[in-house]
Amino acid sequence: MIAIIDYGTGNIFSVKNALDFLEIPGKLTADPEEIQKADALILPGVGAFPSAMEMLRESGLVEVIQEQSQKKPFLGICLGMQLLFEKGYEFEACDGLGLIPGSVEKIIAPGLVIPHMGWNALKMQNPCPILAGLPEESYVYFVHSYQAVVPDKYLSAYVEYGTAKIPAMVTDGKTVFGAQFHPEKSGEVGLQILRNFAAQCERKDSI
Amino acid sequence: MLAKRIIPCLDVRNGKVVKGVNFEGVKDVGDPVACAYAYNLQGADEIVFYDITASYEGRGVMLDVVRETAKKVFVPLTVGGGIKTVDEIREALRAGADKVSVNSQAVQNPQLIKDGADAFGCQCICVGVDAKKIGENRWTVYINGARVDMHLDLIDWAKQCEQLGAGEICLNSINTDGVRGGFDLPMLKAICNAVQIPVIASGGAGKLSDFADAFLETGCSAALAASLFHFQELTVQQVKADCRAKGIPMRCAI
Repeated sequence: MIAIIDYGTGNIFSVKNALDFLEIPGKLTADPEEIQKADALILPGVGAFPSAMEMLRESGLVEVIQEQSQKKPFLGICLGMQLLFEKGYEFEACDGLGLIPGSVEKIIAPGLVIPHMGWNALKMQNPCPILAGLPEESYVYFVHSYQAVVPDKYLSAYVEYGTAKIPAMVTDGKTVFGAQFHPEKSGEVGLQILRNFAAQCERKDSI
Repeated sequence: MLAKRIIPCLDVRNGKVVKGVNFEGVKDVGDPVACAYAYNLQGADEIVFYDITASYEGRGVMLDVVRETAKKVFVPLTVGGGIKTVDEIREALRAGADKVSVNSQAVQNPQLIKDGADAFGCQCICVGVDAKKIGENRWTVYINGARVDMHLDLIDWAKQCEQLGAGEICLNSINTDGVRGGFDLPMLKAICNAVQIPVIASGGAGKLSDFADAFLETGCSAALAASLFHFQELTVQQVKADCRAKGIPMRCAI
């Protein structure tokens, strides 16, 4: 069972809908016990970095996420991906979950529309099991105004926006993954990404 | 590179598509869920449901449509028509919409944009604007289905929407809507220059090249059409193929 962490932000139902469609067992929960029992975790999120961290803290979920994300496959989506980093600078400097080195800063794309909203083509940087089977230039759906600033070694894929190189998929190389785009809104490509993520827990089960 | 988006819009009344046509493989031509699914297969980048009932009963049926669609269509969904309060925005999002489109209600109560953006994020508030030309590079905003002139300058209103936290503007030209002679390029250009948020072109698409023209001539991020796709005069694939051939980045569905 994949626990979709429900801490009061965003359209988490779409993630659940996508798992249901793929017949992957999933459950919306904010219960630390459920999170401990789950085979894998998804941290969704839409909104602002500081308020999301505040909601995670208020729900008492920060420590359990930090601990459990080291033990089982963990996927942060959109804001949930941004929260993986050490620091965010949306409105104010704010500590993140610190699971991947890096920070979250405003997108600098002179003359271009902000938010970066719509379908953009993935450029693969490092091999990543979550992106298995996807061709270069697979289109996925983004909507965000801030981006990760992360060393290349943690970068699985990025997209180009004007002169900006926007991290699209990041990983700590072990259990933690983050997608800046919305796999649950990225058509067939996104569904493949969720299938790949679910396959990570099966791999873990067989170990 | 960010792709330009092609967005079919479904006009829905009491849970039925208003201008229903016979999609291949779709038995109930009026079923919005089936139509949305068909558009999805054609490669639509987003789908808009526009509730033209705007009654309390109609709203409930509309939310059911969104709920069912969201179970099998995994591209962004927008709901518009008659949304007046933050609670109504929340209901739409909880049903599975990713964005709501507010129009007349936002003109009458601009605070709705700010409250909605504060509560759910800018990305889910699209402001629909109906505007009409009143002079050289001057347009005024209309409400209530383009019936009431608010004597509000379009460019001022677009800038205000952006400041209030709108994530996107869907710009419908009353002059070109239904005329099928192409999108209103001067109006689009003016608004794309005035704001930094994405602008969706709406109203006037009548032939294949109209879409590419809007993307090549203006800074718009997306183009929306209803009847052209309803009546299957064009498919989303055809529009995308034409744009792609003209060097405009388009998403390949798979």
